[in-house]
Parts: sequence; C-alpha cells; structure tokens
Amino acid sequence: MDTFLQQLINGLSLGAIYALIALGYTMVYGVLRLINFAHGDVYMLGAFAGFFIANAMHLDANPSILGAIVVTMGSMATCAAIGVLIERFAYRPVRHNSRLTSLITAIGVSLLLEYGGQVVFGAAPRFFPQMIRSETYSVGGVQITNQSLLIIVVSVVMMFGLEFIVHRTKIGTAMRATSHNLAVAKLMGINTDFIIAFTFALGSALAATAGVMVALSIPKIDPLMGLMTGLKAFVAAVLGGIGNIPGAMIGGMLIGLMETWIGATSYSTYRDAVAFGVLILILIVRPAGILGTASVEKV
Amino acid sequence: MSFRAKAAAAVITLILLVGLNYVFEGLGDFQIDPYYARIVSLIGISITLAVSLNLINGQTGQFSLGHAGFMAVGGYTATFFTVAWGASIAQAMGSTLMSPLGGSVVMVLSLAVGALSAAVAGLLVGIPSLRLKGDYLAIVTLGFGEIIRVVILNIPAVGGATGFTDAVPITNFFWIFAMAILTIVIVRNIRASTYGRALAAIREDEIAAEAMGVDTTRHKVLAFVVSSSLAGIAGALSGQLFATPLNPANLGFVKSIEVIIMIVLGGIGSITGAVLGAVVITALPEVLRDVDKQYPGLRMVVYALLLILMMIFRPQGLLGRRELSVDWLWKLTRRAPAATPGGGGNVDEQ
Repeated sequence: MDTFLQQLINGLSLGAIYALIALGYTMVYGVLRLINFAHGDVYMLGAFAGFFIANAMHLDANPSILGAIVVTMGSMATCAAIGVLIERFAYRPVRHNSRLTSLITAIGVSLLLEYGGQVVFGAAPRFFPQMIRSETYSVGGVQITNQSLLIIVVSVVMMFGLEFIVHRTKIGTAMRATSHNLAVAKLMGINTDFIIAFTFALGSALAATAGVMVALSIPKIDPLMGLMTGLKAFVAAVLGGIGNIPGAMIGGMLIGLMETWIGATSYSTYRDAVAFGVLILILIVRPAGILGTASVEKV
Repeated sequence: MSFRAKAAAAVITLILLVGLNYVFEGLGDFQIDPYYARIVSLIGISITLAVSLNLINGQTGQFSLGHAGFMAVGGYTATFFTVAWGASIAQAMGSTLMSPLGGSVVMVLSLAVGALSAAVAGLLVGIPSLRLKGDYLAIVTLGFGEIIRVVILNIPAVGGATGFTDAVPITNFFWIFAMAILTIVIVRNIRASTYGRALAAIREDEIAAEAMGVDTTRHKVLAFVVSSSLAGIAGALSGQLFATPLNPANLGFVKSIEVIIMIVLGGIGSITGAVLGAVVITALPEVLRDVDKQYPGLRMVVYALLLILMMIFRPQGLLGRRELSVDWLWKLTRRAPAATPGGGGNVDEQ
C-alpha cells in the first residue's frame, strides 16, 4: 500500500508536468487545428529562461520562495513572447495553406529551437540552481518532497486559473468562439489574429511554468529535453480529447501515473514506449479521446 | 518504350553498375577515394529511402512520420539473418561471404528478408493507423516508429543500445544502386498504373475517391506496405555497409524527419524531386563538415530554416509534382532556339 501511494504521488507530480504542457497543445489545436510540434521546445526554453534568470539573481547562494516566483514569472513572460513570435513569423504565413504545410512548418520550428538551442546553449546539460531548499516529509510511510508537492499545487492552481480565463472572461469567450468556428468568430467582430496570438502566449506561459517546475526536481536541463516530453504531453492531450481543457489535465495525469507505474516494474526500459502504446490504443478504440466528442465528417 | 528498348536499357544499366562497382569498391587497379565512394553509397541509400517515402507521403498524401522505424525493422532482420546464417549459406555453396558469388547470394537473400519483414511491419502498423487522417496519422506513425526503436533497444542479440556491431559488411556499390534504381522503377510503375490513379484520387479527395468506388483502406495499406518494404531494403543495405552499424539512436524520429526533409525539398510527389532531395540532404553534412564540427547542431539549424522557409515561400517543393525527364530536357532544348531566332545549336534538325 505504501509503495502504491508513493508511486501515486510520483506519478501525479510527473503527470502534472505533462498536463501543463498538454494544455498548450490542446488550446492551439482547438483554435488552429494544428499540432504545434514546437510546444515541447517552448517548455525547454522555459527551463533555460528560468536558468538564466535564476543565475542572474544568484539564487544558488540564497534560495528563497520569492526568488522562485520571480524566476517563474520571468520565464513565463519570456516564453509567452517567444510563443507569439513563433505564431507570427512561422505559423501565420502558412495558416491558409493545407494543414500538412502547417504541420511541416511546426516540425521545422521544433528542429530550429532544438538545434538552435544546441548551438546557443551548447549540447551539454546544464544544472539548474536550487531555488528552494529540498525537504522531505514523511506521511504514513510515504516520502513526499516539497518540490513534488509544489509541482502538483502550482499546476492545479494554473489549471483553475486557465479554466477561469477560458470560461469567465471576455477574452476566454472569444477564444471559445474562435475555436468553435474561426470564420464566423471573425464575422462577429472578434479579432481572431489577436486571439490566436493570445492562445499561443497563454499556452507557452504554461509550458514555461512546467519547464521551471520540472527543473526544481530534476535540475538537469538540455536543449533536447523538450522532444520526448513534448511528444508525451501531446499524447496526453489526445488521450483526454484534443481541444478539451479538462481532458488535457486528465490525460496528463494518466500518462504520468502509467509511466511511473511501468518504471517501477521490471519493464522499466519500455517506459518511453508506454505513452505511444496508449496513444495507438486510444486512437483505435476511441479516436475522440476520453472527454472529446466525435465529429462527423461532412462532404 | 518497347520491350526491346527496356531490355536494352536494363542490360546497359547492369553493365554500368558492375563497371562502376569495380571502380568504387577498388576491385580493379583504379579506385576512387574511399571517402567520396562512401558519400556516394550513402546517397544511394538515401535515394531508396526518399523515393519509397514519396509513394506514401507524396503519391497517396498520407503523412507518415515513422519511415525510420521500417528501415530499422528491415535493417535489423536482414543484418541478423546474415550474421546468423550468412556464413553457412556461403559455405554450402563452396564460397565465402567476402567472395563475389557467396556475398551476392547472401545479399539477395538478406535483402529479401529485410523487405519481407518491413512489409509485415508495415501491414501491422498500416491496418490500424491508416484509418486515421492527416496529423493523427502522422503522430501514430511517429509513435510506432518510437515503439520499434524502444523494442530494438531491449533486444541484446542485436546489440541493444551499442548498435549492431556484429554486422558483416557485404553491401557494395552495385547493390545500393541496383536497389535505388529498382525502387525508382517500382514507384514509377505503380504511379503509372491504375493503382497509382487510385492513390492520387485518395490524395486529392478521400471522400470523393471512396464515392467513385476506390477501396481507400486497401489502397492506402497497399501503398504503405510497399513503401515500408522498400525502406526495409534501405535498412538492409545500410546495416551491412562497411563501418556503419545500425544503431537505435540513429533510427528514431530525427531520421524520419530527415527523409521527410528530402522529399519536401525536392517536391512532395515528384520522384526526381525525391532523388534530388536525397542527394542534397546527404551531401550537405559533408560540405558543412568543418562548420558542423565547430558549432554542433548548426547543420540541423540549416535544415530547419530550409524547411520553414520552403513551407512559407514554396510549399510544393523545388520541383512540385514535375519530373525531370529526358523528354522534358528535350523540349527545353527545342524551345531555346525559338526564343533566340537565328541562334545555332539545333544541328540535329538538319
């Protein structure tokens, strides 16, 4: 039972990271019907932005909660700007071409960020400074680190914040309208270009949070860290039902739990294949995902 | 072309390949610098990969992102076949693996094994995933590619993470280019056949194709299986090439993307475009070798920029769906004198 609870905590904290990234995939897919392949790399840039800000603040010497918040905010702002730039200069010019063109562009942007990152930051991993002193609480035989607790709490707060923006604000209403039908939303006087840019900013900021959060518990960061994590987060979005925000959270948590669980068995070397196996199963059995609604193709 | 002309072309090609094989492999007195010979070999394998991917991505319009996975399946089974049984097969014929007769027989057998295993993998992957469209298909094929890679990593008999270093280097110039030409001929012939028309119909509009009576699933799976088995052949060649052992690390997502870049650059749907793309993308790292050493990753940055700019300014690729053919060049030379009246150069018309 103890091991089960332990794995549950570990799985949830990993799943929270996937969920935060999956939200960005799902929102962009919602408004543009585009798999933003570069999203995983925005998460990587989030970690690097946090790294540079934290080093500039010399947080390594005097860790503090306030410092960590400043780092996270700075990283979120940087990535939001990067997300908007990517949309403006890579995706907007190809928006009216076929979806395949957009997909190939997205792959191109992803490669550009990964290998551009290697050229600029160097291929060797960097070590993220410890912003918060590590503490371990023991609750009924289960070891919980304050970092994994923080990851879970921060992501839940972020997710509720996002729910609030999407369902309770004017801009959220415009986002939902754009996602429902871009052309009609435009006719209703919504500045869809702005809404799309805003969606990218929001998603990228969430990915940046995930980047900083993951660097708290696994401080090794490198330019290719977003590749696999990004793909798995995308799987999480599909699992929950792409375009569906609560779905992305559920999908992320499920992928995190499954991966941790497999990692604890003797099949741990197959860990990386789990997410893809799940993806294939879900697409064969229920292509719309857990919370998604199947759409009928019209001629 | 008449049957006679075709037969003549085949014989001439064969003689040329055998002759060039002597030069490239250094069997006779004269040998090309092994460094360049090697680049040419790699280009040949890339041509097979790119042209085969073009069948599914270009001709059928189904975006597959898992080509490297099928290359891995074919490559590993073929190489394993040679390692396990190659020597005894050659011995049974009173020859060795390194002599022309034994080497060729084992090569043909291993190519067949590679093609067959990759075809089976293509069938298994294709049936469930080809029900999906567009970006979903892309992500599922990517997933299958990754699963194949992880599974290979976990098989110690083929070297796991260290790569298949036990491989016997029996691949040579002749086989590489014979297979590249075979791939081009197969893909070209499929395209010219009724199957090819059906595939083009699926690409243009799947619902309309279905309404016209095309069995879309069957045709898509067929194209996928042929494409995978040709990728398996490329894998078999590359796995048994001198000093390039197969390694799961080189057969992942990035390799699949590299092949995509080749066909996107040349023009999605054009065979000559794919060949052109394969040549450029394989030779480019060698040209940029010094730069790449100084700034690791810069080569990939160049690819990425190329891909993005290509999509923004010329999404159909350099050649689009056009083919560079003898007829086309012929027309070009015919048109040139008309543009400059009185110019010489059309001696053949007199």
